[in-house]
Amino acid sequence: MSQKIRVVIAKPGLDGHDRGAKVIARALRDAGMEVIYTGLRQTPEMIVAAALQEDADVIGLSILSGAHMHICPRVMALLKEKGLDDVQVVIGGIIPEVDLPKLNGMGIHGIFIPGTPMQHIIDYISANARARV
Amino acid sequence: MKSVADPAGTRRNRWEREVVEPTLRKSPERKGSFTTISGRSIERLYTADDVEGIDYDRDINHPGEFPYVRGIHPSGYRGKLWTMRQFAGFGTPEETNQRYQDLIAAGGTGLSVAFDLPTLMGRDPDHELCLGEVGKCGVSVMSLADMERLFEGISLAGITTSMTINSPAPMIFAMYLVVAEQQGADWKTISGTIQNDILKEFIAQKEYIFPPRASMRLITDIFAFCAKEVPKWNTISVSGYHIREAGSTALQELAFTLRDGLEYVRYGVDAGLDVDDFVPRMSFFFNSHSDFFEEIAKYRAARQLWAEAMKHRFGAKNPRSWQLRFHTQTAGVSLTAQQPYNNVVRTALQALAAVLGGTNSLHTNSLDEALALPTKETATIALRTQQIIAHESGVTHVVDPLGGSYFVEKLTQDMIDGTLKYWATIDGMGGMVEAIERGYPQKEIAEASYQFQRAVECKEQVIVGVNDFVQAGEKPIAILYIDDTASGVQLKRLAELKQSRDNDRVRRALEALQDVAKGRGNTMVPLLECVRAYATVGEMCDALRDVWGEYEEVPVI
Repeated sequence: MSQKIRVVIAKPGLDGHDRGAKVIARALRDAGMEVIYTGLRQTPEMIVAAALQEDADVIGLSILSGAHMHICPRVMALLKEKGLDDVQVVIGGIIPEVDLPKLNGMGIHGIFIPGTPMQHIIDYISANARARV
Repeated sequence: MKSVADPAGTRRNRWEREVVEPTLRKSPERKGSFTTISGRSIERLYTADDVEGIDYDRDINHPGEFPYVRGIHPSGYRGKLWTMRQFAGFGTPEETNQRYQDLIAAGGTGLSVAFDLPTLMGRDPDHELCLGEVGKCGVSVMSLADMERLFEGISLAGITTSMTINSPAPMIFAMYLVVAEQQGADWKTISGTIQNDILKEFIAQKEYIFPPRASMRLITDIFAFCAKEVPKWNTISVSGYHIREAGSTALQELAFTLRDGLEYVRYGVDAGLDVDDFVPRMSFFFNSHSDFFEEIAKYRAARQLWAEAMKHRFGAKNPRSWQLRFHTQTAGVSLTAQQPYNNVVRTALQALAAVLGGTNSLHTNSLDEALALPTKETATIALRTQQIIAHESGVTHVVDPLGGSYFVEKLTQDMIDGTLKYWATIDGMGGMVEAIERGYPQKEIAEASYQFQRAVECKEQVIVGVNDFVQAGEKPIAILYIDDTASGVQLKRLAELKQSRDNDRVRRALEALQDVAKGRGNTMVPLLECVRAYATVGEMCDALRDVWGEYEEVPVI
């Protein structure tokens, strides 16, 4: 019997624009996933702690402020440190094209810019989340 | 509007039966029902029947006359055009100062400051949450020294400045006043606007610091201070823009924003102010989204609702208290990362709706809005869009050209009726502060935004270039990329500032601020001393955090 995919949706940094984070949290929940929304103003440390505590398979970061090149490396390093290398990290928001190769290099491949269909994000997470035993 | 009314609807019924039905049998309509972008159902045709209950003199009236549905100025834009005010800010104060000089040279008629997130959240750049945020979404202003740099070479006596600042509004406003004083400008004559609207932060944009009641006190302190000291300053810009961007419908934007306005008036009155001493300096800020007529109806309804509420609910006697003045920004959320040049067209239509609705000032978004902050080139096209509407389209020749349209008048009335229903619900909760504490507007908006997204997903709502008319292999456009140079500069400056200023004076000023915050005095007075001592935004906000604590929301999904 397959268990539900567990997703932590987080808003790192100071930005309060949470429309996207909340809509995607609800869409993933409606698609049958277990969704934990952290709320606003989370540091990378808080996000990784939430992922550990919630036994998350996926972390979804919503970043619109341009701080992604600072937040993402920190989250990836902390995950490694905690032995959570198999947690899939995806990001949504305003991400300039030039940053994509660098983010891919850190191991982030699910990058969703404005206008991405929700179904596309659901399918991506379903296909790429670590297998639950 | 009674001359061709058809009260029993017989003419309309005959038309539907004899003219429409045979046509529909041959060629059915494209959809079973037509709705606005907010989900409001729209009929096939509007006639005199739909406006039968409206009394022109009582409910609409001529421009410049109560209740101002057709505008607050008798001559519309034939006298003065709207202020073309382009929101801008990024990086260091020097970089933003350069952008302002460019905008003024290109014919912009007012400044509008975008601050970065650390400034908006009352944090100095060395705080852990500011990682990667300094100078990114706006300009970094830490202390009076940055404000001096921001307005270097720009005469504050000769221009009006709008500052999008909310929780730290009193600190930033105090800095602006001190810079004006240094330039020799008279506080009695300078003008501009601070957004200073905390309620929509709790509802939508979430840049709050202090709990609601302490936040409301800072705002009424500004009302009282400006009534005496800076009488031409617009003390608040009650904002629907962010409510709409967070996903509300047009009606929710209107109803919640105006209800926020009523809440500020109530708190002002409760603080001992006379309505007519501060309401004339309140202004509003609306979104202009893509559904053309619904937006126009929203602005027309807003003026009526405010005029009626000020006159009858609060007993205001000064006509300036009745007259709702507003700024408009086209809808950032409607712009797409895909096929970005299409955004110029979207913005032009939205700007036209704002103008036909009688906006008093306008910001048009740049075509790269969904990708980054605007480049100098895209910001110029956005400004040119307004200039083309103003000088080429001819829509400015006549006041309220859509007045009397059956459809527009009916939609305006529906907006008024819908708003009054929302107000009754919120009044029933005890007011807007109480409604926010219960998460009521937040839940309404979250639901509307989810429904909108669903409509997009199933293509009930077409977005050109996103879910229809999609184009493969698009080439990316050049964008403004903000690196970390500004962060480095500002961090270094912060350290130097703390070395060079009189730290004893700063400490005394911050203690005096805390004393006033614990008591009942006006916080603007000690804040001006903090600013003159070069206390930072973070230090001033921390001093108040110690006294009042910080707000934490329970997220609503």
